[in-house]
Amino acid sequence: MKATLDLRRVGLGLLAPVLAILVAFVVTSTVLLLAGDPVVEVWTQLLTVPRPRLVVAIINGASVYYLSAIAVAIGFRMNLFNIGVDGQYRIAAFAAAVFAGQGWLPGPLNIFVSLLIAVVVGAAWAGIAGWLKVTRGVSEVISTIMLNAIATGLVSFLLFRVADSTAGSNVTNTKTIPASSQVPGFALVPGTPNKIYGFILLAALVGVAYWVILNKTRFGYDLRATGRSETAAVASGVNVKRMVLTAMVLSGAAAGLVGMPLLFGQDYSYGTTFQPGLGFAGIAIALLGRNHPVGIAFGALLWSYLDQQSNGLQITVGVSSELVYIIQGVIVLAVVIAYEVVRRAGLRMEQRRVARQLSEEPGSPTPEGATV
Amino acid sequence: MRRVMKVTAAMSVAALALAGCGSSTDSSTPGASGTTSAAKVIKVGMAYDVGGRGDQSFNDAAAAGLDKAKAELGADTKEATAVNGEAESAREERLSQLIDAGYVNVIAVGFAYAPAVKKVAAANPDVKFALIDSTDAVGPNIENLTFAENEGSFLVGAAAALKSKTGNVGFIGGVNTDLIKKFEAGYTMGAKTVNPAIKVQVKYLTQPPDFSGFGDPAKGKTAAEGMYQQGADVVYAAAGGSGGGVFTAAKAAGKMAIGVDSDQALTAPADVRDVIITSMIKKVDVGTFDFIKSLTEGKFVAGTKVYDLKVDGVGYSTTGGKIDDIKAKLDDFKQQIIDGKIVVPIKP
Repeated sequence: MKATLDLRRVGLGLLAPVLAILVAFVVTSTVLLLAGDPVVEVWTQLLTVPRPRLVVAIINGASVYYLSAIAVAIGFRMNLFNIGVDGQYRIAAFAAAVFAGQGWLPGPLNIFVSLLIAVVVGAAWAGIAGWLKVTRGVSEVISTIMLNAIATGLVSFLLFRVADSTAGSNVTNTKTIPASSQVPGFALVPGTPNKIYGFILLAALVGVAYWVILNKTRFGYDLRATGRSETAAVASGVNVKRMVLTAMVLSGAAAGLVGMPLLFGQDYSYGTTFQPGLGFAGIAIALLGRNHPVGIAFGALLWSYLDQQSNGLQITVGVSSELVYIIQGVIVLAVVIAYEVVRRAGLRMEQRRVARQLSEEPGSPTPEGATV
Repeated sequence: MRRVMKVTAAMSVAALALAGCGSSTDSSTPGASGTTSAAKVIKVGMAYDVGGRGDQSFNDAAAAGLDKAKAELGADTKEATAVNGEAESAREERLSQLIDAGYVNVIAVGFAYAPAVKKVAAANPDVKFALIDSTDAVGPNIENLTFAENEGSFLVGAAAALKSKTGNVGFIGGVNTDLIKKFEAGYTMGAKTVNPAIKVQVKYLTQPPDFSGFGDPAKGKTAAEGMYQQGADVVYAAAGGSGGGVFTAAKAAGKMAIGVDSDQALTAPADVRDVIITSMIKKVDVGTFDFIKSLTEGKFVAGTKVYDLKVDGVGYSTTGGKIDDIKAKLDDFKQQIIDGKIVVPIKP
């Protein structure tokens, strides 16, 4: 019986994102129709099988989004809205890039210590918001947004001080990481010389750690319990303030890793063109993936897929690639609504099932009473 | 003359068609294929920076060059625009897709494309690239178009100092990047050369990776208001689309402003045009057009091409006649820079 229940739960869980994507499809098509753009061509372009080099780009993009979404999800499980992943990953990537660029340590050791630095810096930056919430009652939503702005200014200020720019270049970069500390990629996709980030393993590792810590440890149980009901958690002896701070720090630690695949697998330095905005994409993907490590993986892939396929829109169809923002935005809105609709539907199904069982039992009370 | 060429081209094509398999004829007439550009359409793909066509500034200047090539050289063009906050792979993909679609001459607008151009150019040695504002990617099939913004800014800095009555001028940069610092360096030096005691207020609207400073008139307006209140009477807006706000503030304060990239006394909204005494002109349109023209003539040259005062690649505008009285002095400075008597730094 438990198996059928689980199957139903999985089915219901899948139903919501599928519904959301359908809604996004309808809304986007309507927008296209209203704008007088070629609807069929747009979808043909978006749904064509991507070329090998695009497949690599999609997987690479997804691995970065995945880390970001996991960082956000850690907060979500605790009812904390960490909007600051964006600032946390940038300041962490900057710190790691500065250290790694010096090349003080040999090859892999340099990578390892740089990762550690990224984690610590990300955790510390998020910790400020956690500490403010615990001691002063400042909403983490406000403080993390502020910290994003401060991170931008701080990194920019420091970047120009440690910059290692070549003459005539218009990009300001930290020192390039020595070749021995660059993480090689995997040539997994045939038909393209482009490689998948070596640090996709890091993303997978973080995903597994997230699942284990939340589901298989006392700490994870406490965290989820506090997220569900703070009063109940207090009653069962959980120190809520400590949980808030710890969750925030963990979220920041994961956020610190977001920029690492880019830093060690592609850019090899932190500069003014380092990819921004990953933290905000992470929020959307965590919502879409329902904070589940596997769900988030699919969400990240979908996001990256849309990102990459959008380029062809303006070239082959002549429609602005910003169209993809509409699709992504509608998916996020629709998915939140769809989850609630599906949850209620699931609840009703459950009630009916229980009622049926009760009515089938001999000598049971009137079934009408159970179908509330 | 051109018509004769067209006819000749048409006839030679017809001759080839009649000859059936014309592989031998094809190789025997290399001279003809070089001169019959009107018959053989050149395909040019353009990848814009964030903002794209319609930003009234940098990208639009590149677009103007492309439009001119379309009209005068009959180029077949395709355009694609960057999205804010996109991945590095997205830029590579944009260039690759332009090539896949048959646009085998690619113009990448803006230094953000440097790593992408480097990679895609290496993978497509037959494709010719123009990279604007960057020398970070070099190769046998890449032409780097750079501009001496510092020299042009020197002249408008001198103009600001000559026009200022308060001995106090302002500089508003869009985003704090090395590129915009070139503008600041030239402007400050120009102003100080005219009046060593002048006060130059400097303000950047945003810090990277926040590039909104190039497209946020509200930020430009606030910054300019502050400068005017603190005594400045001329403000140079090196801030792309944010410049509109600077002009609005100048109008409200009854002060002067200086435009950037294009002749903004012609492109800005009509009601604020009279506050723009001059604009530092960066002739991205000329660079773009020259690149396409060199391709049609088969004269592509890889490497850096600098558009400075000497080749009239940068300059200042005189629309409105607001600086006619000091034009002689500015032209004197211009000559001194061309002669190398004044060396304008690129860093403030």
